[in-house]
Amino acid sequence: MTLPVSSRPLLPLVALSACLLAACGEKPAEVTPAAPIAGAAAVPSITVRLGHVAPLTGPQAHLGKDNENGARLAVEDLNAENFRIGDAVAKFELLGEDDQADPRQGTTVAQKLADSRVNAVIGHLNSGTTIPASRIYHDAGIVQVSPSATNPQYTRQGYKGAFRVFADDVQQGGVLGAFATGRLSVKRIAIIDDRTAYGQGLADEFEKAARAAGAEIVAREYTTDKATDFASILTKVKSMSADLLFYGGMDTQAGPMARQLKTLGLAVPMLFGDGACTVEFHKLAGDGAEGHYCSLPGVPLDKMAGGTAFRDRYKAKFNAEIQLYAPYAYDAVRVVAEAMKVAGSTDATKFLPALAAINYPGLTAQIVFDEKGDIKDGAVTLYQAKAGAWSPLETMGGKATQ
Amino acid sequence: MDIFIQQIINGLVLGSIYALVALGYTMVYGILGLINFAHGEVVMIGALTAVTAIGLLVPAGLPGPVVVLCGLLIAIPVCMAVGFTIERIAYRPLRNAPRLAPLITAIGVSIVLQQLAMIGWGRNYHTFPAILPATPHGFMGATITDLQVLIIATAGVLMAALVWLIRHTRLGRAMRATSENPAVARLMGVDVDRVISFTFVLGSALAAVAGLMVAANYSIAHYAMGFMLGLKAFTAAVLGGIGNIGGAMLGGLLLGVIESLGAGYIGDLTGGFLGSHYQDVFAFFVLILVLVFRPSGLMGEKVSERA
Repeated sequence: MTLPVSSRPLLPLVALSACLLAACGEKPAEVTPAAPIAGAAAVPSITVRLGHVAPLTGPQAHLGKDNENGARLAVEDLNAENFRIGDAVAKFELLGEDDQADPRQGTTVAQKLADSRVNAVIGHLNSGTTIPASRIYHDAGIVQVSPSATNPQYTRQGYKGAFRVFADDVQQGGVLGAFATGRLSVKRIAIIDDRTAYGQGLADEFEKAARAAGAEIVAREYTTDKATDFASILTKVKSMSADLLFYGGMDTQAGPMARQLKTLGLAVPMLFGDGACTVEFHKLAGDGAEGHYCSLPGVPLDKMAGGTAFRDRYKAKFNAEIQLYAPYAYDAVRVVAEAMKVAGSTDATKFLPALAAINYPGLTAQIVFDEKGDIKDGAVTLYQAKAGAWSPLETMGGKATQ
Repeated sequence: MDIFIQQIINGLVLGSIYALVALGYTMVYGILGLINFAHGEVVMIGALTAVTAIGLLVPAGLPGPVVVLCGLLIAIPVCMAVGFTIERIAYRPLRNAPRLAPLITAIGVSIVLQQLAMIGWGRNYHTFPAILPATPHGFMGATITDLQVLIIATAGVLMAALVWLIRHTRLGRAMRATSENPAVARLMGVDVDRVISFTFVLGSALAAVAGLMVAANYSIAHYAMGFMLGLKAFTAAVLGGIGNIGGAMLGGLLLGVIESLGAGYIGDLTGGFLGSHYQDVFAFFVLILVLVFRPSGLMGEKVSERA
């Protein structure tokens, strides 16, 4: 008899707080009628645990933190909205893990998340860690949505639970190749990559597209994702008198490479993929940044519906600029939550079909997955470095949020 | 041909830095028979201290070279203090311990320093501000910047000064005596502990200079930069003959040039079978070859048995 007595005084409080929260939410009309029901049914609530994996230490920590912040913002929004799954109020928790951008560490962390039975995983950041980890999630029956892994192989392993909300390297490499041979109309191209699943994969796709369009690949050189000295490979590129230098890799190498290119007196424009399309690139490249090009799947933040508002909220919350993938990490969380809502369950076997069939107006794009789990009609935007910032040139393909 | 010269220049710049760091390894080895694996981290601390100091000084509006010099003058004492402390805490208590013990503490110190730097400086890359003139000059068809000339010249002057110090000063004589036989040197009135401390401090000062050079030339510094650099410099010291000052210089320059030429030509030489990603492998392959045919290194002497 003690239980109902002690819980009774709480009921009005719970109902009141639900109303208060609803009043704060963006769509009060939807939530308010639900509040009295919640009060009467003693508010069933469920906890949804989402794993998030990205490098939080090492050279790419700034990108990893950016992803995690994006996901965290989504989780906080969901909790503030009193997001409902079935008839229960869902409380989202984010378990942030660090894979150091290292494939071995990536699988260790993946196993840890699989053992702790998370409801879904957002991540990883790098293709090199996402692909080996995806097998562990698949075996454990966990749904994985990567906001940034672009290597095509990730969704081509036959794993039903592997999704991405970002255009893959086939799309991006094709656009880059078309841009190089079309708008830049270059004939002789040198390619460098960092031998990671991402860098090499993107460089291969770019090479295919550029060759198909009639360009000549005059040099194919390699570095690592930890190197700082590019003098000798750039000298080699110089000897081949290339019109364009493509680098497949991250900003931490692309920045210093652009600077060293200038020191070598080599006035060749460089072209990068999304990994170097960051704010940090300009800091690392210094006065060597000007005039180079990069591509980023998706549309520019300013062109996203709610993009500027997102940027302001991100800045207010974390006191930092968005580096790169934060909006995609945000969407990855939202789309998983939406699928759970549609299915009315946090059980992967139940919400997986809902996720595969989803049609959700995300922040970055209208999210619809194809049969592999890749986003349909992913747009790719090209940028050029001008006065210390990336300024958008053109967007190719894709559909923005209506 | 101009490309070949450019690769040699690239190699010399890199090699000068290797040589300065290698001197730190070889001096300590020459005197203590110990491989100070934490030396690479001292270079990293020098680079990060200099970059931080320079970052703070840039808004003062002084000319670039003055700011860099100030950064260097701050980094050198910091590294000296770090080197001195490492020896006091990690090596001196173990001086009479089995040889494996100080090797383990060396690795331990290296990890501790790296983690401390990560806590202090964060995990991001720190950028060296573009305050030094980086205009490339033509040189026999290749290009070289003022900074690169300065790096090669500074390294040359420092190495010459070190040789002079060891050959012509009382302290240098004490170092040589300690290197030959610490017990006898002590009997002859040499303050062995002071000489060893001095060796660490001197090596760390050179490491600070090398750290600044790396940061200035490659424009970035970060907490994990010391490991690979230390490994390469150690390789350079072994290549030249560890314990031998001239050997460390030769080894450093040679390793830089080998790496540079390796990355530039290996693809063509093997018909694309091996590419520039074998740059590091190439350097270590040369090391193995040298050690097979000259186990004591290029300029190494027969190491006398020591207690």
